[in-house]
Amino acid sequence: MQSEEKVNLAFIARARYPTRHPVLPTGNSMTQTSRPPSLDPSRSFQGLIMTLQQFWAQQGCVILQPYDMEVGAGTFHPATTLRALGPKPWKAAYVQPSRRPKDGRYGENPNRLQHYYQYQVILKPSPPDLQDLYLKSLAAIGVDMALHDIRFVEDDWESPTLGAWGLGWECWCDGMEVSQFTYFQQVAGIECAPVAGELTYGLERLAMYVQGVENVYDLNFNGLDGDERITYGDVFKQAEQEYSRHNFEHADTTLLFQQFKDAEQECQALLAKGDKGERHEMVLPAYDQCIKASHRFNLLDARGVISVTERQSYILRVRELSKACGEAWLKTDAGGAA
Amino acid sequence: MPDLLLELFCEEIPARMQQQASDDLKKLVTGALVERGLVYEGTAAFATPRRLALHIAGLPARQPDTREEKKGPRVGAPEAAVAGFLKSAGLASLDQAKVEKDPKGKGEFYVAVIEKAGRTTAEVLAEIIPHMIRTFPWPKSMRWGAASTRSDSLRWVRPLHSILCTFGIEGEEPEIVRFYVDGIASGNMTRGHRFMSPGEIRVRRFDDYVPALEKARVVLDPARRRDIILHDARDLAMAYGLELVEDDALLAEVAGLVEWPVVLMGDFDEAFLAIPAEVIRATIRANQKCFVLCRPASFETPAAQAPQDEGRGSPHAEEARSAVSKHEGSLSNKFLLVSNIEASDGGKAIVAGNQRVIRARLSDALYFWKTDQADLPDFASAGKPLEQRMAKLRALNIVFHEKLGTQGERVERIKALAKEIAPLVGANVEHAVRAAELCKADLMTEVVGEFPEVQGLMGRRYVELQGEHADVCAAIEEHYKPQGPGDRIPTNPVSIAVALADKLDTLVGFWAIDEKPTGSKDPYALRRAALGVIRLVLENGLRLRIIYQLRHEISLAVMRVHSIESGFGDKFFKLRQAINIDKYETEEWLRIYRNELGSDSRKSEAEVPARIVALRSDLLSFFHDRLKVYLRDQGARHDLIDAVLSMGAENTLPLVGRVDAEGGGVGVEKSSMTGATPTPGLSPHGGGERTNDDLLMIVARVNALGKFLETEDGKSLLVGYKRAANIVRAEEKKEKDASAFSGAYEADASAPDAEKALAAAVSSASQEAAAAVSAENYESAMQSLSKLRAPVDKFFEDVTVNDADPQKRLNRLRLLNGLRNAVHNVADFSKISG
Repeated sequence: MQSEEKVNLAFIARARYPTRHPVLPTGNSMTQTSRPPSLDPSRSFQGLIMTLQQFWAQQGCVILQPYDMEVGAGTFHPATTLRALGPKPWKAAYVQPSRRPKDGRYGENPNRLQHYYQYQVILKPSPPDLQDLYLKSLAAIGVDMALHDIRFVEDDWESPTLGAWGLGWECWCDGMEVSQFTYFQQVAGIECAPVAGELTYGLERLAMYVQGVENVYDLNFNGLDGDERITYGDVFKQAEQEYSRHNFEHADTTLLFQQFKDAEQECQALLAKGDKGERHEMVLPAYDQCIKASHRFNLLDARGVISVTERQSYILRVRELSKACGEAWLKTDAGGAA
Repeated sequence: MPDLLLELFCEEIPARMQQQASDDLKKLVTGALVERGLVYEGTAAFATPRRLALHIAGLPARQPDTREEKKGPRVGAPEAAVAGFLKSAGLASLDQAKVEKDPKGKGEFYVAVIEKAGRTTAEVLAEIIPHMIRTFPWPKSMRWGAASTRSDSLRWVRPLHSILCTFGIEGEEPEIVRFYVDGIASGNMTRGHRFMSPGEIRVRRFDDYVPALEKARVVLDPARRRDIILHDARDLAMAYGLELVEDDALLAEVAGLVEWPVVLMGDFDEAFLAIPAEVIRATIRANQKCFVLCRPASFETPAAQAPQDEGRGSPHAEEARSAVSKHEGSLSNKFLLVSNIEASDGGKAIVAGNQRVIRARLSDALYFWKTDQADLPDFASAGKPLEQRMAKLRALNIVFHEKLGTQGERVERIKALAKEIAPLVGANVEHAVRAAELCKADLMTEVVGEFPEVQGLMGRRYVELQGEHADVCAAIEEHYKPQGPGDRIPTNPVSIAVALADKLDTLVGFWAIDEKPTGSKDPYALRRAALGVIRLVLENGLRLRIIYQLRHEISLAVMRVHSIESGFGDKFFKLRQAINIDKYETEEWLRIYRNELGSDSRKSEAEVPARIVALRSDLLSFFHDRLKVYLRDQGARHDLIDAVLSMGAENTLPLVGRVDAEGGGVGVEKSSMTGATPTPGLSPHGGGERTNDDLLMIVARVNALGKFLETEDGKSLLVGYKRAANIVRAEEKKEKDASAFSGAYEADASAPDAEKALAAAVSSASQEAAAAVSAENYESAMQSLSKLRAPVDKFFEDVTVNDADPQKRLNRLRLLNGLRNAVHNVADFSKISG
């Protein structure tokens, strides 16, 4: 009965990297010396990103840029969702701005943001030394394994909207979750063959850890001091305030409901038009509409206009779209169609 | 004799799966060995986050040779039969078969002797182990890497990296048991601690494996890791004058997260101690897997609660608050974490990191705790904070179960039931209803949303703050109790009333939608709920007729489900809400149901009452089953319980018809027996359904019966009864009429004295026993029966039942049948063994 007693109002697409209780730093122990502060992962937010980009570039990943649409997590990027399907090998890494409208706190919570960055790595097939590679990447950004307690703690991942699940861990550094590590078993309702390994770093959280900062808005963005110092707050605080107002108070729900419907219809229409039997010619545009529907749903959810019972049916509608896109993807070149 | 060492080395195994996995490993390998004739002297299996290991000591070097004889056809049998025999026995010709004489002397037969030389144990292992690995029963397993394109690729809990498998005699270089599993070749190498000693280690056997791992910073045995953590944690706590709040589940989990446990202490700001201790503990435990510590002095006094007998009036909010803070005072602002490494700075950075996370978590918890005490923007008009949460719970139409409606509807049902039960358990009705109204409100609080395990308890904390009556506060926490066989049983009458109402509503609801427990499946913990009811009733000595008390609930639940199934939605339910249910009995509900739902529901005229009857008896027998399990655990004899349960005659309950509600529970049966005017056809028992739903009385009878059967009178009466019952049954069979002897015994002046004496004894014992039973004096009922012993013995000594005179025979059989019935007043002795 325990499960029945719980009133679960949790956000549907479970955080790839929970923004809920993030962060917290030590500071002292992890300074890197050889690099200028603007490129130093323990001095600047951008340095952290660039260090990861370099590290994964050296592992043979294509370094992509963020997908140019609103998504809730790096997993939604077609470079992960779609490329995880089909037989072709794939290695990619990228930063993905992620939007969780419900997590907005008007810029007042030191640990919670409605817009934040994930660093996403996808390796297909998952290499045998993926755990070691991950630990090396932590070392590259200055985490000393002789000093810090790194742990792989069970965390099975599931995305109801993407029809995806995998097994893996949350990676802890001194009790703080800094990454998620997943072996994809299924995406868009389709078995992954081969299985891809996915790493998701919570960049703000990691940066706060290595910079020794308590409040996300105090992160040093550019690594400089004095007048030249730009903080995360300088860049994003106003945005957090404005988007919180939008997400919770002013987003036009009639419009959003309509846009959800439009995106859903357009996704289905494009899938139908692109379907040439053995081949499919318009998966990516259709998938964009799926992403759009998902984000519209998240906004409606933040506005509190979707009831508990309706929520499930919205999730299912998005999942139907992503499943259809996944099936169509397998009929394309990149999806491995003959 | 040689030993086996097997290690399966993989990426981090979830802590919760490790114990079962090592048990399975042991069971599967030893089972397969024994099946192949290989017995061993000893075995042990171990798990760490990265490895499963198995040691089997004292295995023979090879399987025993086997010899099997296979009997063939008769000598001279048709050719086809001979050919078939040769083929099945694997023989080339009949020359290879023996000829044997049939022991019965019916000619000669061919016999094939099949001899198999035993294989080496290493060979057998190389066959068993890969199969075991491929079919290992992980609760959840996965594919990985390039091999995962194949559909038959290996599945393991996380990627499997290496397999160590050696077999050999002490003092000798053991051999590697060679095999491949999905590209992994078995070998004799393993690795140490991931961070402190990552290099490869060459292993010979278990004896050097354990110390080599230890040197490489891996403690193989989970029990030892637990011990290390527990002792270090206690010592460290003691050094600071504190006590560890022990937590076995957490200990086991943490021991499954590390290979080299190092206990470290951290602290948090004392200001966070304003948060209830349970929430601090839940936060630190669930999210951070850390232990909390207590100050010893206050740790001794269990959860300071306001004494229940004083302050019946609403305690002042201030007092409630001080009770809360007194309670929290026992918790210290220090915590213990278990690290997996010996850090080069002695753990300073690790402690600092953990402290920061815990600080952020507690900030959230504090925020939730305060938010929950404040008004809800949209519901501020609904009253006090928890009343607002209840209003929100209703407004959001949070579903309890798809077919059982919303939480709000459920609360209404619990309220109605609590109101009815309260006077029967000595609870103040107003308090019981109030507690029921607020008992689920904390589901809408932030703290419970975050930590479901503190539901109930948080409700209590919040109602204490809003100044509810102490009994209401206690009931809100305790209505979930007992959660399991070891959990405390509430004794506060208000808590009992709400706890019973909550559990009974759940049972009736799931019975009505036919979601009963089956086999090992009991997703809604209905067995636990029934056991909870049984314990609440018995341990508090409550007289309560369960099925009787549920008569409205059962009828309404059936009608509701029926109305939804028939396409009327919950129209009926809405109607029910508008009526004070106390005034109506099932028959009236049926009438309302028919009237409201019109002619379309004609079908219901037959179906609904039948379902009500079925549900009642089904639920009752579920209670009986659970009661049997409970009593058996308490050491009661199974046959005695059956003997008592098969006799339910003195408690009858009409299916329909008005029952004088004044009596409430006990004693109501008398009016119901006489006052019922059953609707024809509705009741299978002609107006009264046999029930036996007063659990306390059942137990009293089982106890009295047990005591009686320990006496000489009891034992001897049982023998006499069985003899009488056997004779009657045998004769009934001959007559092919189970009621052949149900007629009354007729006094017979010519009868032998022993017969007259027995007749007199049966008549008086029967009356006395029946009277004693209806007075619920079971000892005295047994006493009355004991008077039968001597006359029964004498009767069987002096009198022949099957007399030549058919009239005498009939009369004597009627007498024995009367004896049987007299005994059955108390219990069905035929169910008693011995």
